[in-house]
Amino acid sequence: MAKLPGWKDLSLGIAITDAGNAKEYRTGDWRSMRPVTDESKCISCGWCWLLCPDHSRQPFPRKSPKADCPFDDFYDVDEYYCKGCGICAAECPTGAIKMVPEVGQ
Amino acid sequence: MSAEQANHKRIGMEVSFAVAEAVKMLEVEAIAAYPITPQTHIVEELSQMVADGDLDAEYIPVESEHSAMSACLGTSLAGARTYTATSSQGLALMNEVLFVASGLRLPIVMTIVNRSLSAPLSIWGDHSDIMSIRDVGWLQFFAENGQEAFDLTICAFKVAEDKRVLLPTGVNLDGFSVSHVVEPMLIPDPKLVRDFVPSYEPQLRADPADPVMIGPIGIPEIYTEAHMARDVALIQSRKLIDEVFADFEKVFGRRYHALESYRADDAEVIVMAMGGMAETAMGAVDTLRNEGIKAGLVHIRVWRPFPFDDLRAMLKNAELVLVIDRALCAGGPGGPVASEVRSALYPLEKRPQVACQIAGLSGRDVRALHIVQMLKRSMAQAEAGELPEYELHNVREVAQ
Ligand code: SF4
Ligand code: SF4
Repeated sequence: MAKLPGWKDLSLGIAITDAGNAKEYRTGDWRSMRPVTDESKCISCGWCWLLCPDHSRQPFPRKSPKADCPFDDFYDVDEYYCKGCGICAAECPTGAIKMVPEVGQ
Repeated sequence: MSAEQANHKRIGMEVSFAVAEAVKMLEVEAIAAYPITPQTHIVEELSQMVADGDLDAEYIPVESEHSAMSACLGTSLAGARTYTATSSQGLALMNEVLFVASGLRLPIVMTIVNRSLSAPLSIWGDHSDIMSIRDVGWLQFFAENGQEAFDLTICAFKVAEDKRVLLPTGVNLDGFSVSHVVEPMLIPDPKLVRDFVPSYEPQLRADPADPVMIGPIGIPEIYTEAHMARDVALIQSRKLIDEVFADFEKVFGRRYHALESYRADDAEVIVMAMGGMAETAMGAVDTLRNEGIKAGLVHIRVWRPFPFDDLRAMLKNAELVLVIDRALCAGGPGGPVASEVRSALYPLEKRPQVACQIAGLSGRDVRALHIVQMLKRSMAQAEAGELPEYELHNVREVAQ
């Protein structure tokens, strides 16, 4: 995370004067469970992308093509934002996603 | 122009209307208010001025005081000089939005026509309402009479809108006993008032051409720092208040101070009061002096920021200080003012004893005679070493 401002650095009325800076807030720090995706099971349906409350499911290039799937990308986690809620794992129609504890992995 | 010329017009006027007149002279641009007794006459008069075209402001009639203060946030953020007024339950209903106004550093000015809080339902005056919101981060002034209500309204805008302050400011005046009284008042030329308070230059503004995010979440890593910034601004406003009061004297000839006194220099016993009761206490002090008791009066004009240093300096030689409070910290230290006075005096090596009598709740009459009685009672209690935490003055035990 960027350096935290002191009280003298704050803008008047703590207004945020630079747009889009929420990007810098790494919500992935909050996570205790992490989704692990089995690329070979992912059919690129995008259901997890749609349902993830943190917009953390994103398309990534496949390491090897999947015979029964026409898409070059599969969906995996962007760990910078993923809070580990497990919604994607619960909703994935092919069971491609497994939640594993963050600690000791 | 001399101060005498500035005040060429001495006219009889109801105090509420005089406050509205001050708001009009300041060319306030937005007013959002809900009428509530005993504040009603002020906002009725202002809505009339706007309807008649005498005041070019946006008057927003709202369905509650919560909305009134919320609308004030909006108009202030849009860059408009913003005013509202309330009392009692209305102030209580505004509570959560008051914190937002100070947190966002919006220089809204509000007249608080002090009134008791329900239950039992009461429309009469005391300080229960303002004391329930004393820690919201607003500057808070107390007027004792109509002239002061008029003058302090003008000063409030000048202080609040100063770039070095930028905080909402409340002007308190007692319900009915001040607000509804017709007084002879010095009403200056409006041009002088406008010259005294320059037009408002908003520093934080909701401007589509320069988008900013106002009122974001304050995560634990930032909330404390935000409070520090606001608190420092509030404490440092003390200097600006003094400056503005001094400037006010130059133009209008009347001088105000954060803490004021009457015959207190050599006083051994001191009465403290706020609002209209401070005037009554002057009479009590005169009576006591005639009886050979070295009494004096100290009253607080600026309640926030609290004038700690002045208070210590003014009270350090007294033996006994009687604070007459018009509100009760239920189950706590008694009177809110007494509690702060005790806290202010605590660091002194040799400090006066502090007595607290709670009187004048819900507009119950407090005359000079009562104040004399209260002081003599406290003196006797102190003498006997039996000073209680606080007492409610003149409580009936049984039917009389
Ligand atoms: S829901 Fe499952 S199958 Fe669908 S894209 Fe996401 S991981 Fe792949
Ligand atoms: S665990 Fe929750 S936050 Fe993380 S990718 Fe899945 S749905 Fe999104």
